[in-house]
Amino acid sequence: MTIRSAACIVGAFEHPTRHAPDKSHAQLHAEVAAGAIADAGLSRDDIDGYFCSGDAPGGLQSMLNYLNLTVRHVDSTDIGGVSPIVQVAHAAAAIALGRCNIALITLAGRPRADRVKTGTEPRIRHAAAPDVQWEYPYAVPTAASYALAARRHMHEFGTTSEQLAWIKVAASHHAQHNPNAVLRDVVTVEDVVTSPLVADPLHRLDCCVISDGGGAVVVARPEIARSLARPVVQVRGAGESTGHQHGGLIDLTRTAAVRSGPAAFAEAGVTPADIRYISLYDSFTITVLLQLEDLGFCAKGKGGAFVSDGALISGVGRLPFNTDGGGLCNNHPANRGGITKIIEAVRQLRGEAHPAVQVPDCTLALVHGTGGQLATRHGAGTLILERAA
Amino acid sequence: MTAERAIPPVRPDPESLPFWEAAREGRFLLRRCSACGQAHWFPRTLCPFCWSGDTAWEEASGLGTVYSWTVLRAGAVPNIVAYVELREGPRMLTDLVEVEPDAVAIGQLVEVVFRPTSDPDGPPVPMFRPR
Repeated sequence: MTIRSAACIVGAFEHPTRHAPDKSHAQLHAEVAAGAIADAGLSRDDIDGYFCSGDAPGGLQSMLNYLNLTVRHVDSTDIGGVSPIVQVAHAAAAIALGRCNIALITLAGRPRADRVKTGTEPRIRHAAAPDVQWEYPYAVPTAASYALAARRHMHEFGTTSEQLAWIKVAASHHAQHNPNAVLRDVVTVEDVVTSPLVADPLHRLDCCVISDGGGAVVVARPEIARSLARPVVQVRGAGESTGHQHGGLIDLTRTAAVRSGPAAFAEAGVTPADIRYISLYDSFTITVLLQLEDLGFCAKGKGGAFVSDGALISGVGRLPFNTDGGGLCNNHPANRGGITKIIEAVRQLRGEAHPAVQVPDCTLALVHGTGGQLATRHGAGTLILERAA
Repeated sequence: MTAERAIPPVRPDPESLPFWEAAREGRFLLRRCSACGQAHWFPRTLCPFCWSGDTAWEEASGLGTVYSWTVLRAGAVPNIVAYVELREGPRMLTDLVEVEPDAVAIGQLVEVVFRPTSDPDGPPVPMFRPR
């Protein structure tokens, strides 16, 4: 049994807002849901599967109540911001099993309006979580968690801040073409490495933006996809895993992409060399570098050299990434970057990305995310999407 | 010397209580599995490597080396967060104290030191300083 060719992404919508003090959190979920359904050319009554994650206010039942949806399949998987990426695969599996035909996945939030100190203030998720007492006293917010990984990678492999900066530079080259992006100015390596340190060795410009908004996608049975007017984007393969402290044997230079990536490539029957466009989770620059290595786009430790000199800039480098500007420049709604990664890959495969960043003949794309905290607990999801003939 | 921030209190649970009671006496405990022989972090009743329930507390050396570190600069007082690789094997998330950021290095030898939290009645938490 495989999800290969079992389902298609038929609708995708990214909310244009990046600051929404005038909207409720649930309203943002509803607006992206309506946007994605309209993009697909479907009606809300067609939806028979609903997926949301930790960003949904009140959880799945509150969202279904608010949206007034009655469905026959639900999934509230939460492995951090990557969750929608693995939920596309879960939706494909549910469709393959006949559990639903048309699945809606929403992600939205308003941390910017709510002035959440994302990344720099520790948060307790659950007082009885077994790791809280071994962690909270030490004040390890998200930025520190990723900084620990960056420092270790530099130590083991000689990676430099300038190499990490190239990732932000590439994202900024793309964001200049996105009128909705939070940061639209093209930046230089010098700009990144001279921006203030947030958590050594990560600078302010090594971090993603904090934004309100969200996005949604609709996953459907292939027969339904072919009956609709939009180009058909097919799920070809997927993999998921998580990484954590492993009883004390944590390796900060490797993410769970070492497991999710090979699973996705095997299911899809392709290799990294076949990928034309890549959406990579970019909570921080180091996240991108580790994922490229772990997915096999370069050898472990060679990520710094791989990303340098514009290698990730569309039309310039060998592997165009995050052509919407990514979380680093465009949007990181609800502090979760999974949905926007899927949406930009769909745009690329449909040929609907901005002309300045559209990858010519983009037939095969990879979407990968790392959610949660790299130095303690994180989720990984890999999705390989193709444009059907 | 960098000023120190207020440390949030810990809330021991039935499984961790012996660790925190020992901490009050300045003793740093580890949990080791008698079935597979491995020490782990953070302490658990069932061994995280083999799920045997045959685990026991032991007094650890309190020594280790810095595996990675960062300085979080967002708060009023910069805080040095680190993973310390304990001499007994496991890597432990912690803070470094009694050291300036420019004097920290991966591989540096450190020793445990207990620091009080903002709860005067609660147990102190283990942190590390250069040895």
